[in-house]
Amino acid sequence: MAGLRVDETRCIGCTRCVRACATGGIEVKDRLARPTDACVFCGACIDACPVDAISIERKEAGADLVAYRDIWVFVQADEHDDVLPVAFELLGRARALAAQRGCAVVALLPQGPGSAGSHERELIARGADRVLTVHDERMVPLDAEVCARWVCDLAQRLKPEIILYGATAFGRELAPMVAVRLETGLTADCTRLEIDGATGLLQQTRPAFGGNLMATIECPARRPQMATVRPGVFAGDACPRSSVSSDAAAKDQVVEYPLDASVRSRVRVLATEPAQQGASIAQAKRLVVVGRGIGSKKQLPLMQRLADALDAELGCTRPLVEAGWLEYPHQVGQTGVSVAPELLISIGVSGAIQHLAGIGGAKTIIAINEDAQAPIFGIAHYKAVGDAIEIVDNLVRELEDAVARS
Amino acid sequence: MHIVVCVKAVPASTEVKMDPVTNTIVRDGGDAVVNPFDASALELALRLREERRAAGEDVRVSVLSMGIPATERLLRDCIARGATDALLLSDRAFAGADTLATTHALTCGMCELGMPDLVLCGKMAVDGDTAQIGPELAGALDMACVADVRTLMACANDAVTVRAGGDAGVSLVEATLPCVLTVAKEAATLRMPSIAGVLAAEHATVDVRGAAEVGADAARIGLAGSPTQVVRSFVPEQQAAGVEVSGDAIGQARQLVRIIGEVA
Ligand SMILES: Cc1cc2nc3c(=O)[nH]c(=O)nc-3n(C[C@H](O)[C@H](O)[C@H](O)COP(=O)(O)OP(=O)(O)OC[C@H]3O[C@@H](n4cnc5c(N)ncnc54)[C@H](O)[C@@H]3O)c2cc1C
Repeated sequence: MAGLRVDETRCIGCTRCVRACATGGIEVKDRLARPTDACVFCGACIDACPVDAISIERKEAGADLVAYRDIWVFVQADEHDDVLPVAFELLGRARALAAQRGCAVVALLPQGPGSAGSHERELIARGADRVLTVHDERMVPLDAEVCARWVCDLAQRLKPEIILYGATAFGRELAPMVAVRLETGLTADCTRLEIDGATGLLQQTRPAFGGNLMATIECPARRPQMATVRPGVFAGDACPRSSVSSDAAAKDQVVEYPLDASVRSRVRVLATEPAQQGASIAQAKRLVVVGRGIGSKKQLPLMQRLADALDAELGCTRPLVEAGWLEYPHQVGQTGVSVAPELLISIGVSGAIQHLAGIGGAKTIIAINEDAQAPIFGIAHYKAVGDAIEIVDNLVRELEDAVARS
Repeated sequence: MHIVVCVKAVPASTEVKMDPVTNTIVRDGGDAVVNPFDASALELALRLREERRAAGEDVRVSVLSMGIPATERLLRDCIARGATDALLLSDRAFAGADTLATTHALTCGMCELGMPDLVLCGKMAVDGDTAQIGPELAGALDMACVADVRTLMACANDAVTVRAGGDAGVSLVEATLPCVLTVAKEAATLRMPSIAGVLAAEHATVDVRGAAEVGADAARIGLAGSPTQVVRSFVPEQQAAGVEVSGDAIGQARQLVRIIGEVA
């Protein structure tokens, strides 16, 4: 059986593996390391072992991997038929990966029957070599199961090596439905995607196992390799809109693939309550992000005043959402929103890895924290060690005075 | 009607602190609890049963989990709160499962329990949060699926109506049964056990089955059945140190005003 192996002739019982383990998955008894039932095979102990005594044994059914080629990017349009920007971010990233693999980048674009054909041109101008599309009334509104059937059909016929999805609500439903039908792996919310130079495999990196750890994940024996990425994470990779030429896309670059006639949606949208206004922290140019270090809910008005003085939006860490101080759309991080403002002011935030996963796109980060060792300072461009309330109090006064004077 | 609620045992605290000196993980060894999202899913199932019972129909609410033997305690607690029966899939062979392998195991568990009309899962687990299991289960069981359910509005014999979150906002959605729903935490708060429930749970049997007993294909479960592999885990490197903004609070505030003016 596959499992964690400890080479008894090498193990020296040093317990470094026990200390490296986030899950209690390994213990040392009689000066010998042994895996426990809690082992999740993350490999942290392997890296920690000074004598290379630990390994993971796997059995792999080798598929015919060489038949798979190209990188696909799923493209989602919203209810106004506008393409969500995460598609361009992924196309930009896919271009870099494709250059290493020597393959093409293909955009997958399901559309309603009336779509005008302008998306194809933009997708090609912004990184796609080809567009696979379908015009079908069953694609409006987008239905994850219907869409999954179309993507699976295409993937089985055309054998892509990699498929990337934006981790929107829809993408997070679609991608697992495709994964289970194709019986392949899927890594959620990646913050880094790279090609391993030696093996050519897609290395998918994401925060893992609760702790302040990142994990790099591969899918060596199944195809396609699939990942979802939060909007904003690869904002810097997107090819700018200005490069879109007005030339029509060459005919052979756009291919229509019909949806199987038997596919029917089992879910019907009866009505949609419009999304709440405000709290568009994903697009904000300036952002104030508050954490548990602001002490109490009573301090929120002060923080809002700071945000108002800076013409910024207000974001927060997960514990504040859990405590009901702010609504979920304000949460910044791996399980919240990824942000990419010009300026981010982080106040009383420790900088846990799941939080940092959402602010990598910020251009300038100013952090205020009383603990000089707080991890947030590791990525901050400007660091103010001190009491959050005292500093913000003064900051708000200075900013409001400046406005009053001008 | 038969409802299966999938539950996962998660650490009571998902806060894992790093020891800054040794760079290793400090565990506080908190007890396992039912993933809060799954608890909300269970409450929805229990409410649905009460509604239908009032209309004279019997609804079976099974809880299903894949986990270590100690998870039995949590499933018994689910029975105390009103679940009809519980199945725990526990076996070394299940360990190391990614979402695809977990889906296969849960599918086998579902077959063992009898195919449900409704499957309720938490929208995500607080300790892993891939949010993949629900949609993968729907695919494996060939059922309809609605993710991020905020309110269960109505459930007939052939269709369920819910309010669910999506990219365009919250929608009123109707899905045909059988169906998988993934439930948001705010959908409901799990009730406390009743005294009668606690007494009943004491005598209830939590079915514990191994992989072979539920006919799981050894090549599709656990580490062996997981297409994804963690090849490396690491503490991210801290980047170059930023500029220190020192002085007293007033001095710091003044410097920050200047910096803000310069950068944005
Ligand atoms: C699966 C999973 C997903 C997660 N997803 C997210 C996510 O998307 N987003 C997210 O934010 N978190 C997420 N978390 C939680 C994350 O691990 C941290 O627990 C969280 O980010 C910590 O929030 P915090 O910084 O506000 O609180 P803490 O970690 O408690 O930090 C508070 C900070 O405030 C400082 N402080 C205290 N008092 C003062 C004062 N008077 N003045 C100045 N500073 C002060 C302290 O020094 C400390 O650094 C996730 C966790 C898990 C397990």
